[in-house]
Amino acid sequence: MEVLLTQLFNGLSGGSILLLAALGLALTFGQMGVINMAHGEFIMAGAYTAFVVQKALGDAGVSLLVSLPVAFVVGGLLGVVLEATLLRRMYHRPLDTLLVTFGVSLVLQQLARDIFGTAGVDVPAPAWLSGPLEVFGFSFPRTRVFILVLAIVAVIVLAALLKLTPLGRRIRATVQNRQLAESSGISTRRTDLITFFVGSGLAGVAGVALTLMGSISSNLGTSYVIDAFLVVVIGGIGQIKGAVIAAFVLGVVQSWVEYSTTASIGKVIVFALIVAFLQLRPQGIYVVRSRSLA
Amino acid sequence: MNIRSILSSRWAVLGGFALGAILLMGVAPAVLSDFRLGLLGKYLCFAMVAVGIGLAWGRGGMLVLGQGVFFGLGAYLMAMHLKLADAPASTGVPDFMALISSDGVPWWWEPFRSGAVTLIAIVVIPAVVAIVLGLATFHRRVRGAYFAILSQALAAAFAIWLIGNPRSTGGSTGLNNFKGFFGFSLRDPANRLMLYLIAAGALLAMIAIARQLMVSRYGELLVACRDAEERVRFLGYNPATIKTAAYTVAAVMAGIAGALFVPIVGIISPNDVGIVPSIGLLIGVAIGGRTTLLGPVLGAIAVAWAETSLSEQFPSGWTYLQGLLFMLVVAFLPGGLASLAPTLRDWRKHRRSDTAAGQPGVAAVPEGSA
Repeated sequence: MEVLLTQLFNGLSGGSILLLAALGLALTFGQMGVINMAHGEFIMAGAYTAFVVQKALGDAGVSLLVSLPVAFVVGGLLGVVLEATLLRRMYHRPLDTLLVTFGVSLVLQQLARDIFGTAGVDVPAPAWLSGPLEVFGFSFPRTRVFILVLAIVAVIVLAALLKLTPLGRRIRATVQNRQLAESSGISTRRTDLITFFVGSGLAGVAGVALTLMGSISSNLGTSYVIDAFLVVVIGGIGQIKGAVIAAFVLGVVQSWVEYSTTASIGKVIVFALIVAFLQLRPQGIYVVRSRSLA
Repeated sequence: MNIRSILSSRWAVLGGFALGAILLMGVAPAVLSDFRLGLLGKYLCFAMVAVGIGLAWGRGGMLVLGQGVFFGLGAYLMAMHLKLADAPASTGVPDFMALISSDGVPWWWEPFRSGAVTLIAIVVIPAVVAIVLGLATFHRRVRGAYFAILSQALAAAFAIWLIGNPRSTGGSTGLNNFKGFFGFSLRDPANRLMLYLIAAGALLAMIAIARQLMVSRYGELLVACRDAEERVRFLGYNPATIKTAAYTVAAVMAGIAGALFVPIVGIISPNDVGIVPSIGLLIGVAIGGRTTLLGPVLGAIAVAWAETSLSEQFPSGWTYLQGLLFMLVVAFLPGGLASLAPTLRDWRKHRRSDTAAGQPGVAAVPEGSA
């Protein structure tokens, strides 16, 4: 029972990390169709932002809370620059955006290596997050609980943004029918930029959360971006709730498979499970019905 | 088209092929040092993968990001056989395994003591993996970005599995230090020349196969699948089979390339098969011109050559250049260098006469639906 509960918590915790990494992709890939491989490097940029902020402030307790908004802006600005320079001319060739943004990710990784060095750097967790949290006799690491809460808050804020605000309405209108949105007076150009800003900013927030999990290095993003894409693929594009379910299911399955086998064979099994799942639901958990043949 | 132009085009193709054969198999060994020839042999292996990528991606519209898996399968199969053949006769256990533990050889290594089994497996195993994955995904109409991400995830899983099993796969150092190749010593320059000639011959054969596929009715269907998959389906063909066939051919080419890579370069490690090398294989194809026959070959060789010569002097400079190439070529020149000349010609023609009827775009790269 205790093993089961610990594994379940590990799975939910892993799922919350996946979810943070995938939320931004659910916007940029799911809603806009851009396959942004540099998303992983935006996560890395967020993590290094936390590192720099902590160096500047010196106080671990405050700097974590300061770095969250700062990393959001850093990631968002990186995304806006990418969108405005390269991606805006490529919306009719979504597959090619993958290769272009892969080039961007190579450059950003090398930049990080040249600035911060090849060795990993540590961002110490604040004192109020050290040690375990005792609930009903079970202890959970506070850092992981914090990430879980952060992921849930991010989902709620994003869902509220999309459902309740005028901006969210504009974003959804642009995604559903670009021409109609445009003729209703929505600046789709500006909406695209803002969507990309929010999506990439979430990557920055995910980066800050990852600093709580261990040391950060230039290939931090590469290890998360593929799994994050898989979450969006399983969840089905165009729906935030699909990504939420997929992230937690994938997290629990991954932790369970890796617990019963080894980490390396676990990856292969999870991959086979995903291919098998796509046999049942080729477009993911939530399908947006449309009349197109694709 | 009259009979004469058909003949002349056929002669032009044969002549070009012969010229390529003379350059690769006659001129290059004569003018290059042993070391440079070994490097060229390595580039030819990447060019073989590129031929397959050109077929699957350029012609079929499938963005294959996991070719490193098939390259790695071929390479590791060959490396396992070479390690077993090198093992001391008394124990039959390869050197690196004996160092790590005393459990002996894993059961799934045993079949590859036989050279014949290994050679068959190098073709069959990548083909089977590609057929299973291709049918599973294309049949359920999983395509485009979904397929690209799946193929990439496969590369990631393969590399992680290799690293996680140091006892049987050599872990992150991989397999290296091979002494012989089917009874021929790898130290002997004459045998290394033989390996180079095998690689050159294999590349030429693959180019010939790819050309025949491209000009055949099947090649037309493949392009049709890329440009209008639904229309192909309405005409009564099954796009899943057509695309799986191209994917499988590309996988087999990558597997053979990997198998030749091992004795020529002398090492195979997860660094050659993971996500980054898998995508790296695409940049040469993109630069050369993904839809053409020779563009991917020349592009892959040029990129591999540039990597060796640049990363010797500026290790980090190469990564920046590779990244910039991906950004600039794919964003601004999607047809690759092969599209440069026709584009310029069109542009000049358009400038000269406004009355000119729209020339059909020669090197347009339509977005595939994969």
